[in-house]
Amino acid sequence: MRAFDYRAPTTLTEVLALLAQAKGEVRPLVGGTDLIPQLREGRKRPALVLDLKRIPDLGRLEYDPDMGLRIGAAVTCSAVAAHPQVRRHYAALAQAAALVGSRAIQNRASIGGNICNASPSADTVPPLLCLSARAFVAGGRGQREVELERFFQGPGKTILAKDELLVEVVVPPPAKRSASCYLRFTPRAEMDIAVAGVAALIVLDGGRQCQEARLALAAVAPRPLRVPTAEAALKGRALDAQALEEAGELAAQAAQPITDIRGGAEYRRRLVRVLTRQALEQCLAALQAGQR
Amino acid sequence: MKQPLRFTVNGEERALFVDTRATLIEALRDGLGLAGTKEGCSNGNCGACTVSLDGKPVLACLVLAVEAQGSQVATIEGLARDGRLDPLQRAFIAEGGLQCGFCTPGLLMLARSFLDQHPRPTEREIRAAISGNLCRCTGYDKIVRAIQRAARSQPAAGAAAGS
Repeated sequence: MRAFDYRAPTTLTEVLALLAQAKGEVRPLVGGTDLIPQLREGRKRPALVLDLKRIPDLGRLEYDPDMGLRIGAAVTCSAVAAHPQVRRHYAALAQAAALVGSRAIQNRASIGGNICNASPSADTVPPLLCLSARAFVAGGRGQREVELERFFQGPGKTILAKDELLVEVVVPPPAKRSASCYLRFTPRAEMDIAVAGVAALIVLDGGRQCQEARLALAAVAPRPLRVPTAEAALKGRALDAQALEEAGELAAQAAQPITDIRGGAEYRRRLVRVLTRQALEQCLAALQAGQR
Repeated sequence: MKQPLRFTVNGEERALFVDTRATLIEALRDGLGLAGTKEGCSNGNCGACTVSLDGKPVLACLVLAVEAQGSQVATIEGLARDGRLDPLQRAFIAEGGLQCGFCTPGLLMLARSFLDQHPRPTEREIRAAISGNLCRCTGYDKIVRAIQRAARSQPAAGAAAGS
């Protein structure tokens, strides 16, 4: 590991000043579950490691029925997975947070880190895309707010400038008669990385008719991918078996998978079709069970 | 670059100088001589280095020592109290939940925290909870039985709270 300076500021102002003044590369640190192996293997060589865990604002996780959910960038996966209102109103996100690594990993790994690593396989991102999350970014030139969907530019690449930091993500309140679900396929149930993942969200009208649907895919494109074709096909339809099958087919067509150590491209495409159908089925089942 | 680190380990205040690159497990083993915690893979895959940090199990190979500033750390050395093994340790012995023993400190620290939060777990829950702790000897069955035995021997959380 190359030598680096370590600072753990307690205010956002200090962090932004350190980012602005930095001569060499700066790496923000929360859980370290990705960064520390990267440092050890020399894949990241920062001059300064900036620990964000001592900044109270970044650790806040708050739900308000009118405002929705605010997740500070340093909030852990454990905290999200255990939060009663996240589990109730944003099921896909709670499910995904509980899938990251193991318990010991979830106690450290943060939602902000999962986002900013910009891994195509990040589990918490597709649910956040389905839930219309917005990212709040602070930097030397002030704050800006972007749709989380526009945050990713490719594997490991985000829109953040050198002097910018992800502060929090905000998820609007859940629509009435809506449900969400995240499913992923891995050879092992735990401690694994998605071969493919699918998040689904549906909003029903009074009956079984779909008022709105959102789908997002993990690990089958250079970045987390929404599927507008399948979403449009589901809108206004009765969600019967055929509608779900068609949505799966459209999602599989939208996927841009590669063949790598975790799976072949064609296999991933087929997984997307099946997982999409199953995720939609689970949303319907959750609504029927009256979870929301 | 060295920085001063003050933290509490197994209830004792400790202070030392650590390189910013040092991980928590290096500070524990090399800095404080607490060699009970084992380092297996050094990249967060095996769980051997599990310790408790501010009451939660974490992987000591994925924590920089300087991150533990002011924190409460508990290691395997602190699990037995007053010379008496923790019920979980006794259960591991009774069930033969170890062979070479390398994964045992990490499993005990993980399982202790898990049982504190889930006093009456199902077998499925136990297996999911320990999924980040690899054992290459036992095939896990005896470890699971040991955790079940420890769960049976402890009062339920509700009972302990008098409700």
